[in-house]
Amino acid sequence: MEPQIKTLRTEFIETDFLIIGGGTAGCYAALIFCEQADGRVLIAEKANIQRSGCLAAGVNAINAYIVPGKTPQDYVDYARTDADGIVRGDLLLTMAEGLNRTVEKMESLGLTILKDEQGRYVTRGSRNIKINGENIKPILAEAVKEKPQITVLERINVFEYIVEDNRIKGAYAIGVDAPVLYVISAKAVLCATGGAAGLYKPNHPGFSRHKMWYPPFNTGAGYAMGIRAGAEMTTFEMRFIALRCKDTIAPTGTLAQGVGAKQINASGEVYEQKYGLTTSQRVHGTVMENQEGRGPCYLRTIGITPEQDEDLQKAYLNMAPSQTLRWLESGKTPGIQNVEIEGTEPYIVGGHTASGYWVDTNRETTVKGLFAAGDVAGGCPQKYVTGAFAEGEIAARSAAKYMNSTAGTFDRARYEEQKRWLEGFLNCPQASFTTDEVEEAMQAVMDEYAGGIGSHYRFSEKSLNIAAEKIRELEQQAQTLSAGGMQELVYILELQERLTLCKSVIAHLAAREETRWHSFAENVDYPDSSPKWNRYVNSRLEGGRLSILFRPLVQEGETYEH
Amino acid sequence: MSIEIKTKQCIGCGRCCKVCPGSLICLNGGIAEIPHPERCWACVSCVKECPVQAIHMYLGEDMGGLGGRLHVLREGTLLHWTVRKPDGSIRTLTVDSRDSNKY
Ligand SMILES: Cc1cc2nc3c(=O)[nH]c(=O)nc-3n(C[C@H](O)[C@H](O)[C@H](O)COP(=O)(O)OP(=O)(O)OC[C@H]3O[C@@H](n4cnc5c(N)ncnc54)[C@H](O)[C@@H]3O)c2cc1C
Ligand code: SF4
Ligand code: SF4
Repeated sequence: MEPQIKTLRTEFIETDFLIIGGGTAGCYAALIFCEQADGRVLIAEKANIQRSGCLAAGVNAINAYIVPGKTPQDYVDYARTDADGIVRGDLLLTMAEGLNRTVEKMESLGLTILKDEQGRYVTRGSRNIKINGENIKPILAEAVKEKPQITVLERINVFEYIVEDNRIKGAYAIGVDAPVLYVISAKAVLCATGGAAGLYKPNHPGFSRHKMWYPPFNTGAGYAMGIRAGAEMTTFEMRFIALRCKDTIAPTGTLAQGVGAKQINASGEVYEQKYGLTTSQRVHGTVMENQEGRGPCYLRTIGITPEQDEDLQKAYLNMAPSQTLRWLESGKTPGIQNVEIEGTEPYIVGGHTASGYWVDTNRETTVKGLFAAGDVAGGCPQKYVTGAFAEGEIAARSAAKYMNSTAGTFDRARYEEQKRWLEGFLNCPQASFTTDEVEEAMQAVMDEYAGGIGSHYRFSEKSLNIAAEKIRELEQQAQTLSAGGMQELVYILELQERLTLCKSVIAHLAAREETRWHSFAENVDYPDSSPKWNRYVNSRLEGGRLSILFRPLVQEGETYEH
Repeated sequence: MSIEIKTKQCIGCGRCCKVCPGSLICLNGGIAEIPHPERCWACVSCVKECPVQAIHMYLGEDMGGLGGRLHVLREGTLLHWTVRKPDGSIRTLTVDSRDSNKY
């Protein structure tokens, strides 16, 4: 047994450009920054950049690409329709303009992309290209590790910004193993911590609770740090619910787009046309079919050729091997049995919907010198892998320009306060509840009162009020937990991040008094959408209170400044 | 859904501990261990990283798992994936990382 950790050592680290989260956007931004400026780059990553974040298992395709004959504006139009208007045109267009450049770069680093005889990328539908995405993250990580300008600090968990006069000065982190409080000072900071899973009760609340779509290790740290630092945040009410293969929660795009499998109900009727084809309508249709007794629902794969069947088994090994295992251990491969589908619990993911930091066109947040890219940045849905790269590129260029004008000094004495607070958890002899118990209670509250799977994604003003009250109580409990070591301390911080984010999600859900996106934000008090709500719901913590503000829509062609 | 570590096969190289995106695996007495298998995301990063195929993935019973096991052997750009079915029979699928997904 290791001796129980009771105190933390403090280490001071200085860098020029701090990147929080060495995932898709973070690693790519680091590479671009090196092309732009000479400063030192520090990637602070809670795991190991080789496989951390969304790309761990691999991805099935490049979902965002401007195929021949299409323009970046077409992509903007598509994303705008899918989100029923609540998007930032400036962010979408600047992202879409960068997509193809990022693919070229990834190919030069070694990503396998399918080409035809003429050497052109083979497209899938009107926005995707086909790849082997199994090793996309190791390829990216290798490129980062080759750059002498970049230092990667792994297994450190960032939990709080250092901000003075609304200007970023750095961040605090703790070791995942080492009993260390890191005080990192930087001239500019990029937040690239991804989105948030684990707010709501998952599909399998028992042993397989982490078999979810989004990485359970992306706990919303970036959102929570921004909220606490008083950054303006946007559109948390646009939750993301994925339609996935039942149980394994594996992606369905390869079945739907790859072999043209249609969504059918238990009687074999194709129901997708009935409800509409946007992402939220597809989820909603499945919920309705089940509720009205026509479920379960499936993707119709019976009838594919044996060759297609085997190709699908292989394709899933490159991104969601659990689905292949499911097929093979049961013997019921997709050619023999239709694939049952279900909706997941809601996530907050700015790469699919528009939730996250309210940024200007250069991806600077409302905190000066703090930039955001990828799933943590708002206003720009449907960005996926390449959009996260493109935003990382824009943010890195902006940070390189910003660096020249500022220095990263701050009052170092304040770290003592953080240290004492953290040591409080390590020295708490016994708490009434464990971290896991409070987490489970939080997920149950969100499920029941804030529109989780159990409430068919529906909520009302009354139910949200109950949710808000209960989350406040759980927040109190989360201040008195006990940590037996560093990893448990990380779990406490993650829980607190989720609770902070839950409060913002609840406030946003309550503020948008309409139902614009079925399932994503299904407000039973306001079952229809209204043109009055053609605006953003934003929020900001002011004097300890979360205030909601509304902002008019920003179109492409505009350059938005704070 | 989680992983199982065959402790007799493990040579204690620590690669799985490093690679896990949730930092869930540690060495205990020189042998890999996952103290909280219920925290596993089943991303199979560790399964792919293990040089001696000591890590196998399985589907939890609560999600309809039938007891099958999945592991993989790397050979250059080839990944030989093996599923051992509950009845003991074996099926291997080979994927070349230079080949794209067809779909
Ligand atoms: C299972 C899955 C399959 C997908 N498939 C596809 C696909 O086929 N095609 C496609 O185009 N898109 C796909 N996507 C979407 C795409 O992968 C994501 O939108 C994109 O990778 C997000 O990038 P990111 O940089 O924002 O987040 P990530 O890549 O997840 O990076 C976040 C990083 O931050 C780290 N981190 C988090 N918190 C902290 C903290 N407190 N301190 C330090 N580090 C921290 C994490 O460990 C991680 O490394 C998929 C997503 C998922 C989850
Ligand atoms: S499968 Fe992934 S999450 Fe599970 S232990 Fe292995 S590396 Fe960690
Ligand atoms: S990678 Fe395999 S051999 Fe190495 S420590 Fe892990 S289980 Fe053991």
